[in-house]
Amino acid sequence: MNILDPQGPIAVADKTILIDSIGIMLAIVLPTIAAIFAFAFWFRQSNPSAFYWPDWEYSGRLELVVWSIPALTVLLLGGVAWIGSHQLDPARPVPGTGQGVTIEVVSLDWKWLFIYPDQRIASVNTLTVPVGAPLHFQLTSASVMNVFFIPQLGSMIYTMNGMVTRLELRADQVGNYQGLSAHFSGDGFPDMLFDVHVVSDLDFASFASNTVKSDRALNGDSYKQELLNQSVPKDKPSYRLDDPELFQAIVTQKIPPGPGPQETAKIGASNVR
Amino acid sequence: MGPAMFGKLTWAAVPFDQPIPLVAGGVVLVLLLAVLVWIVVAGHLPYLWREWITSVDHKRIGVMYVLLAAVMLLRGFSDAIMMRAQQAVAFQSNGFLPPEHYNQIFSAHGTIMIFFVAMPFVIGLMNLVVPLQLGVRDVAFPTLNSVGFWLTATGALLVNVSLVVGEFARTGWLPYPPLSELTYSPGVGVDYYLWSLMISGVGTLVAGINLVTTVLKIRTKGMSYMRMPIFCWTTLASNLLIISAFPILTATLAMLILDRYFGFHFFTNEAGGNVMMFMNLIWAWGHPEVYILVLPAFGIYSEVVSTFSGKPLFGYRSMVLATMAICVISFTVWLHHFFTMGAGPDVNAIFGIASMIIAVPTGVKIYNWLFTMFGGRIRFTTPMMWSIGFMVTFIIGGLTGVLVAVPPADFLLHNSLFLVAHFHNVIIGGVLFGAFAGYTYWFPKAFGFRLQEGWGIASFWLWLIGFYVAFMPLYAVGFLGMTRRMQHFDVPEWRPWLAVASVGAGLILAGIICQIVQLVVSIRDRAELRDLTGDPWDGRSLEWATASPPPAFNFAVMPEVTGGDAYWEMKRRAREEGVKEVDYQPIEMPRNSPTGFVCAFFATVVGFALIWHIWWMVIAGLVGSYATFVVFAWRDHDEYEIPAEEVARLDRENVAARRGLVTAAGIA
Repeated sequence: MNILDPQGPIAVADKTILIDSIGIMLAIVLPTIAAIFAFAFWFRQSNPSAFYWPDWEYSGRLELVVWSIPALTVLLLGGVAWIGSHQLDPARPVPGTGQGVTIEVVSLDWKWLFIYPDQRIASVNTLTVPVGAPLHFQLTSASVMNVFFIPQLGSMIYTMNGMVTRLELRADQVGNYQGLSAHFSGDGFPDMLFDVHVVSDLDFASFASNTVKSDRALNGDSYKQELLNQSVPKDKPSYRLDDPELFQAIVTQKIPPGPGPQETAKIGASNVR
Repeated sequence: MGPAMFGKLTWAAVPFDQPIPLVAGGVVLVLLLAVLVWIVVAGHLPYLWREWITSVDHKRIGVMYVLLAAVMLLRGFSDAIMMRAQQAVAFQSNGFLPPEHYNQIFSAHGTIMIFFVAMPFVIGLMNLVVPLQLGVRDVAFPTLNSVGFWLTATGALLVNVSLVVGEFARTGWLPYPPLSELTYSPGVGVDYYLWSLMISGVGTLVAGINLVTTVLKIRTKGMSYMRMPIFCWTTLASNLLIISAFPILTATLAMLILDRYFGFHFFTNEAGGNVMMFMNLIWAWGHPEVYILVLPAFGIYSEVVSTFSGKPLFGYRSMVLATMAICVISFTVWLHHFFTMGAGPDVNAIFGIASMIIAVPTGVKIYNWLFTMFGGRIRFTTPMMWSIGFMVTFIIGGLTGVLVAVPPADFLLHNSLFLVAHFHNVIIGGVLFGAFAGYTYWFPKAFGFRLQEGWGIASFWLWLIGFYVAFMPLYAVGFLGMTRRMQHFDVPEWRPWLAVASVGAGLILAGIICQIVQLVVSIRDRAELRDLTGDPWDGRSLEWATASPPPAFNFAVMPEVTGGDAYWEMKRRAREEGVKEVDYQPIEMPRNSPTGFVCAFFATVVGFALIWHIWWMVIAGLVGSYATFVVFAWRDHDEYEIPAEEVARLDRENVAARRGLVTAAGIA
């Protein structure tokens, strides 16, 4: 999950900006820290060779320098931020091989549902994507807010009920990574980890064609029965997608939001796990 | 006594099955009872009632604020050490805290540390010091000041009651909906949060109104704005922010209350509620709040660095400008708390740049402190050590803060432990170190004796090193993708860092123990540490121009100010011209009033009753608080007179001691 070990263009660019910004700031921060130590040490009361200017309180030239140093740094960093925000806007398309894959992501209490509308499949807590292809994520939440984040692929994004956020990513190396929710969502939150399998085009095609034959079907009913209630799933099932409009039904609240904790008898400490 | 009589409250609310809160709450309860019994049996109750509980003296109220903060720091820190311990052991295991308990702990930790440690600490110091620095006898609204303090105490009390009766919020210190809505948080935890903060928020607001009015309207002769000590300026800026930001918090929490109590839909998933509105509103308060806390701390550092360098503050006008710039800009940056919500590149970039711009006046302040040290004669007392420790630590916190203000960097670091490390870096390294510096610096002023230096220095080093050991690993583990608020985790790479961080928490604990020992030792040795002159540090501003502790009226004769660093000037003149005999006049001071305490008593009743839906008790409490207001409004005598002879007697003692100081300094 190391963000300093990026595996896709967005993650690489995010990381570059991160490192560059630290570098720019260190250029003034390190000398300033050194000066604090140096001044504090040299002007200690017990140092007879240090001069004492008991009334010195103003210097126009120094003031100018004092305002300029942080101002210039921020000017430079502000440029980085402006360009970076535009180039790395989460919704901005990422080039890659082929048309890419559309993935509809639903955060639930406390699991992730990944729907592949074009492949007519879906999976829980496992995200399988082809290497090198643009990944078009559309994200929503079935209940409370979460953040969808695959550290090694870059930018994270919120998921919110009744709304769709967009995220464009690409994975450049075949391998297994991990994703997580980066926004606290209740008791099962730490278990909202998911596996990310970046596979070759061929493997992705066979994954899709195998899954579409699955005997577990995902539609409004099975979604409500198996996924919508609060739970931490023990396995990572995949489904053939029976209802291609499922994501729309969730976003538009045709399927009502998750019901929250069901055991409310004990008000004092209403535990659901 | 049917169940309906007490609303939702039943014996099931007491967590008999959860040993940790039960034992912790039980121990606190026994301690509290023991202290109360001791006070009553030893006959201290009338003294406490007369001199403290009903006091409207800004110094006493300031001390009580700081005491509240200190006690709550212990509570908030025990939460912290439990979290660090939990994460240190919770690798592929549930640790010792189940999620429903762990989630309450991190929510309580944040709420307590911000609202009931940092806030009362800085408000207490402002209360204690600002009227003295302005050279005046009291704040603008003394009784209101007392009300403000006691309402803050009510909030703190309610948060702690939740430990043993019911539960606290499990939503984080800012209860983001829809998680905090009734659907997803049906328990009373969020209600405890809401009513604690509603009540203490009123207290904070009146404290803000009081201090702004004091600085703007009540200053001694010749104390123009540009002659005020910087601490008064930062107090003004901070309290202006309180007045403008806290109503936003109150309104936001009120909307969430309407959602939870009356089925409104401000922030629900259904019926057009909008969770993004909550995030915007809460941070429109939340970001100024950061500066409400840190600006007074900046003021403290300015006073401390100048005093212990033996020089006036470098670049006073720049400091004033920087302070007011921060005050204004802090309202334009709130969106950087949720760059990852998908707002679009223009919005993100503009708020990112606005956030960086705050770093300019803040950087200017750092350089001004640096050049205040330049050419000085620095004495490394405890307050100065905290200040130097702050300067270095805060620069690092500023760096990481500007880093997460760059949206693409934030896309990787948002909500991570890097972020947690960043804001602890600025709040511990900025606000708390400042509060500790102010505590040691002004302690002799409040009590008439200094704090013992050795234990203070030891505590400083333990806190400083402990801070680095606890939070540098969190920066690292943030780079490894770890997000905040995880009750357990399965990633082996995170484990060593979290283990080291827990050692840091242990070092900080040792630092806190040193502070407690320091206080005990100082009280024991108070005769040796006595400050007879009222000016133990060779100070520069007017609080050092009166006795320690100052008499109720602060100044026997209102000082006249002719320039910046008013008391430094006075000392210089006294050395040249000698100390003059003065003409003492009788002084009128406000009478003590139990209004604040009684008001807070009823507020506690109302708050508790609202949390548990005990409607008859809500009405009883509201009637009681209204009656308190009526009684106060119909009072006949609200001032008493101190005769001129008494004023003269008190002042002559101090002047005699001070004369020795001026002569000694004159020779040296």
